[in-house]
Amino acid sequence: MATVIIPTPLRKFTNQTARLQVEAGTVGEIIDRITLDFPELKKHLLDQQGGIRSFVNIFAGDDDIRDLQKEKTPVNNSTVISIVPAIAGGKH
Amino acid sequence: MSYQNIEFTKEELARYNRHIIIPEFGEDAQKKLKAAKVLIIGSGGLGSPSLLYLTAAGVGTIGIVDFDVVDDSNLQRQVLFDINEIGKPKVEAAKRRLAALNPYTRFILHNTHINSGNALDIIKDYDVVADGTDNFPTRYLVNDATLILDKPNVYGSIFQFEGQVSVFNYVNRKGERGPNYRDLYPTPPPPGLVPSCAEGGVLGVLPGIIGSLQALEVIKVITGIGEPLSGRFFTFDALNFENRTFNIKRRDDNPVNGKKPTIHELIDYEQFCGMRAVEEKPTKEISAKDLYNWQVKGKKFKLIDVREPSEYKIVQIGGELIPLATISEHADEIPSDLDVVIYCKSGVRSLRAIKELEEKFGFSNLYNLKGGILAYIDQVQPELTRY
Repeated sequence: MATVIIPTPLRKFTNQTARLQVEAGTVGEIIDRITLDFPELKKHLLDQQGGIRSFVNIFAGDDDIRDLQKEKTPVNNSTVISIVPAIAGGKH
Repeated sequence: MSYQNIEFTKEELARYNRHIIIPEFGEDAQKKLKAAKVLIIGSGGLGSPSLLYLTAAGVGTIGIVDFDVVDDSNLQRQVLFDINEIGKPKVEAAKRRLAALNPYTRFILHNTHINSGNALDIIKDYDVVADGTDNFPTRYLVNDATLILDKPNVYGSIFQFEGQVSVFNYVNRKGERGPNYRDLYPTPPPPGLVPSCAEGGVLGVLPGIIGSLQALEVIKVITGIGEPLSGRFFTFDALNFENRTFNIKRRDDNPVNGKKPTIHELIDYEQFCGMRAVEEKPTKEISAKDLYNWQVKGKKFKLIDVREPSEYKIVQIGGELIPLATISEHADEIPSDLDVVIYCKSGVRSLRAIKELEEKFGFSNLYNLKGGILAYIDQVQPELTRY
């Protein structure tokens, strides 16, 4: 099963779970699975057309899936998927 | 001033001795620091540690941009300030502390809110920028301004327990330019979806860690030692003590420095980030009959179909298929110097595509086919299949 790392701002939607284990063949299937299991994640990860929001980056291993095969990027048992949304804090 | 002409006094040599005795650093790197002009945007959580360390390290000229005054609630993490400075402008309080730390550093204070009107003027005389601001509009503003002025931008950002660092727009020894913030995050989140630190909070030590990493990268960019964090994106999760370094790349569809740039000057970033109500601009429309006239007259224009491939198979009227969900990725294939007509089944998705292209890329030559392909079939080619 692939491992999905949930960033702290989204953990309130995954019962505070930081790492999810998901059985899936592609990144797209992982997104489908976790948004089904945790429906509140959906509006944070996907736009109205069902595409991954452009302020949310998804990395398979060390690489941005936009540089791989996007949602069709294959995953296996050792793949670590990281979800990294934009954050803007710093001054205050 | 070229760094080779820099000379140190005996006192400076003694002060910077722990740098100079590192073989990979030496007096040359110390001279580069003294010759450098660094601009720190935001003197709060991230700016506090980066200003302290860069001043201590011997950067010759440091500019500080901030319009705020010191507040008691800042002191939980903004270690540059103390209770005697509450109510005073941050840039002045910062200078008092920093000047006492290093009398060899010159400080330039910009006690102002950086915006599209003054950003280029403020940034233009510096060699390196470190962005430690606290909101998305300023992030994109600083990013675009550093692209326009060709300056490296050392980025740091924090929220609650998470931090991010990267070096944007850095040109390496081979002359290769690295990615920037718009390559990493093409558009900001809509207001309200991602809370600010003021609303969501931040652990006070975290900006100390991330701001120090920014100072480290500023020093590497200036001196040329090591490998700056360009083309890489560092994230730190303080709760689990996990850090990851991802690879990031430039994108062809970057609107400022991609293959087909559409943004050539600073824009209204509040509006870009949806912070201010955008005046609804009416979208240009074309009727099916007028489209037909364009076609028979041989007018030069481009026709784009934003429906799904399954619908395209049922019936099509000669438009290039670019489904709505992929429209932004294909923005570089859409001409900006030619009339473009966009259609879908009934005109709703094509309107959405036009809004997206106009807002993200600044197109102003797009027409929505009123009533979509159905209206075209009804009014122009009734022999085609309706669905």
